[in-house]
Amino acid sequence: MSISKEDLDKVALSQREYELILQELGREPTDVELGMLGSLWSEHCGYKHSSPLLKLLPSKGKHVLVSPGEENAGVVDIGDGLAIVFKVESHNHPSAVEPYQGAATGVGGIVRDIFTMGARPIALLNSLRFGPLTEPRNRYLFNGIIGGIAGYGNCLGIPNIGGEVIFANCYSGNPLVNALCLGIARKTELVSSGASGEGNLLMLVGSDTGRDGIYGASGLASRTLGGDQELRPTVQVGNPFLEKLLIEACLELAQTDWIVGMQDLGAAGLTSSVVESAEKANMGVEIDVLKVPRREENMTPYEVMLSESQERMLVIVRKGNEDKVKTLLEKWDLRCDIIGRVTSDHLAVVKEGHAVVAQLPVNFLTSPPMYRRRSKRPPWLDQVQLLDLVSIPDVSSRQCNSVLLRLLAAPNIASKQMVYRQYDHQVMNNTVVPPGDDAAVLRIKGSGKGIAMTMDGNGRYCYLDPYLGGVISVVETARNLACTGAEPLAVTDCLNFGDPDKDDVYYQLSDSIRGIARACRELKVPVVSGNVSLYNEVQDQSIYPTPVIGMAGMITDVTKHCTMSFKDEGDLVFLLGDMIGDGLGGSEYLELIHGLVRGRPAIDLNLERRVQRSCVEAIQRGLVKSAHDCSDGGLIVTVAESCISGGIGFRGTRWRLKERRDSMLFGEFQSCILVSISPDLTPKLEKVVKRWRVPLAYLGEVGGSRLVVKGYVNLSLDNVEEKWRHGMADLLATKSSIDRTEE
Amino acid sequence: MKFGIIVFPGTWSERDCYYSLHDVLGQEVDYLWHKESHFATDYDCIVLPGGFSYGDYLRVGAIARFSPVMKAVENFAHDGGLVIGICNGFQVLCEAGLLPGVLLPSNHLQYRCQWVDLRVENNSLPFTLKCHARQLLKIPISHYEGNYYIDEAGLEELESQRQVVFRYAMPSGDITIEANPNGSLHNIAGIVNNHGNVLGMMPHPERACEGLLGSSDGNFIWESIIEHI
Repeated sequence: MSISKEDLDKVALSQREYELILQELGREPTDVELGMLGSLWSEHCGYKHSSPLLKLLPSKGKHVLVSPGEENAGVVDIGDGLAIVFKVESHNHPSAVEPYQGAATGVGGIVRDIFTMGARPIALLNSLRFGPLTEPRNRYLFNGIIGGIAGYGNCLGIPNIGGEVIFANCYSGNPLVNALCLGIARKTELVSSGASGEGNLLMLVGSDTGRDGIYGASGLASRTLGGDQELRPTVQVGNPFLEKLLIEACLELAQTDWIVGMQDLGAAGLTSSVVESAEKANMGVEIDVLKVPRREENMTPYEVMLSESQERMLVIVRKGNEDKVKTLLEKWDLRCDIIGRVTSDHLAVVKEGHAVVAQLPVNFLTSPPMYRRRSKRPPWLDQVQLLDLVSIPDVSSRQCNSVLLRLLAAPNIASKQMVYRQYDHQVMNNTVVPPGDDAAVLRIKGSGKGIAMTMDGNGRYCYLDPYLGGVISVVETARNLACTGAEPLAVTDCLNFGDPDKDDVYYQLSDSIRGIARACRELKVPVVSGNVSLYNEVQDQSIYPTPVIGMAGMITDVTKHCTMSFKDEGDLVFLLGDMIGDGLGGSEYLELIHGLVRGRPAIDLNLERRVQRSCVEAIQRGLVKSAHDCSDGGLIVTVAESCISGGIGFRGTRWRLKERRDSMLFGEFQSCILVSISPDLTPKLEKVVKRWRVPLAYLGEVGGSRLVVKGYVNLSLDNVEEKWRHGMADLLATKSSIDRTEE
Repeated sequence: MKFGIIVFPGTWSERDCYYSLHDVLGQEVDYLWHKESHFATDYDCIVLPGGFSYGDYLRVGAIARFSPVMKAVENFAHDGGLVIGICNGFQVLCEAGLLPGVLLPSNHLQYRCQWVDLRVENNSLPFTLKCHARQLLKIPISHYEGNYYIDEAGLEELESQRQVVFRYAMPSGDITIEANPNGSLHNIAGIVNNHGNVLGMMPHPERACEGLLGSSDGNFIWESIIEHI
């Protein structure tokens, strides 16, 4: 046992794990073997802390064709012989180190996960978190990350249809970049990632292999940031043009019977790709690193096996078809090389010419030790959950206008158009509802159906109450879908947390997952794929626990979809649902106006389900003209957003929904949806909500060019829109002179 | 009538053009691979779609113009055939010398995807004969390099020969700086060559062929071409 702690640290293995390896092998591992084990046993690839917890999530459902872990992404049947394939992945640390390339290669990686399965990628979404833009470093990260997502995604010709952009202090220096890709395939053309069939050939396609990205999985993704290490070489550089060629070529290959499988090269490069495809098919693999085309001279087997050079694919070719495959790839000017073959001995063998440099059992490589800890509730939670409203003065009637305008211009609420207009959100001619609404809607050509898609998370809620925060992140995402008229189909989740070896973080992780699981069961929506990103900390300060939920929903008749915009003068506006609790705990209002992150959200899951069901039914029956989820900023912000996007005002009655004005106007209540409806259809809506036992409160009517709530708010729509539309740009513009020194 | 759609490596609007022409408008359409140096069949109109041909790595359209298929496009245009270049296709036509001028990066240095209003400046062309004079068309843009530039003499000639086909306009129809999404000279969004048979435009008419997607104004252009043939 002559290994130094330093050497183990380099591959992110513990002394105990090293001893396990010695025990299994009965000898010391070679350096290549150690590097392979370190990568595959890293949190990023091996999920050694999160795997036992992830088992809590429901993954089965009547439409689920492929569950988490079975293939690169989850697959859901949408009828007509079609399936959607989708998954979310984080690229937080690479983006913190090199924002443009980190975010770009995050997009590249998740897109490969989708077309690897034979599905054409048809949508990208991303959920982003930054520290305040008042800090130059955060502005640099913000501009770089959005530039990288736009630069890569636009070049691929995949529409970027939405997501979220959120700001909070805790993400300073550790931004979150969660990218989601959705693909569509004929069910019969789905491709496995398994390396099946002894003697079949492993073909490496695409980019040459260089020294970039070594230790990406073990070093960058599975540790906290910090220290003075130069980490930039661990981030890869993306080539979206090459990826575009790979997409087209691989989708052509998927339609042939010349291949048995495809697997992309992502985290841990060739190592995870060949080992995981062998494991999926319960086979062995043998490869020769000398056959791998290189970008640089004198690369060692270790470097070749762990390089994370982008835009590479492993294709498992049915023996005898290699020339046909080669011809197809050459049409796309893609390089390909046969680097090895499938064996039946369940071993992963790596050779350099004739010399064996690694030989390990496949299932040993893919079975890292699991760490299950006891979850201990942090003592400080009681304190932050305490919110004494008596000590917080209510807003006066005269203050309501100015508080509303401040909220509308706040970075978490203001329009994100300046972000998403940099993304091509229309290419492919499917985008029915573009970014900026509760959820985006794509039509599925030839079927009359629509897919609604959104991503949502609330780190502040999860910080205050990890369990309820987990619950709410799921139900709010589903509610966003319900506002378009979609029934939820399936979830993909990205779990962003701090260092799980800390009791507080482990509690947050396990309780959030419990909450997600509970909500998914209540709404009967399975989790079909996901990703875990741990060690999101800077200088020992963890981010908010931030599970992000991506959800796809089905609209049976896409022409009946609904949007959030108010439509016509004289339509009546109602609140569908019930305001439970004070709505102030963890609200945007409480932080922005009173500087407090305290209290806890409240939710009645049963009511939530009924509210969503009644909303979807009302939309499907063509009753309501608009539906908008009440969330950040409260009811009055929700009304303002429906006014702005519809370009029409609102005349409200004197609301008496709550005793406190701040709670009524700015409180954030779950299970609440703002709807507008033509007056003659109101009796029908009343019947629907009665059957679902959902309260319906009259708020006023659509019309005019002002936003009015009698006794509280009276503003011109122009003023309201100006604040909301320019909030982000104003924030960036006033600080731009400082940025030059940063870059 | 038969359309041919050129596909370079990195092109991504070819499917949208195909869908709109074939599935929405019921036309015959072929894809034409960039390695083909001549057309095997007769076409009525050649489409150069949007995308990032060859990754647009050197300069937009600069590598695509050397593709074997561009020789065929050139011959087709010289024989008076209708050619429409959209977005990257417009950039390639400029690089190939089939259209004058050049497309620079947007003045704000950002990619932009958004709806714009186009004012039809010349409705006596094969591409616009179904439009009325000064009609506004709602069609989206999606580009980084769409900032049309040409020297003063060239600009004068374009204007005097009525080669400017579309300009970015306000919903009122006024041509203002505010309506200009990229800084192009004279708010130019699309031009034709001096024979009037080669059109280049930055906006994407193939994305505006169905009301469900927000506008069907692109059909004014496609149906003009169809009627002309």
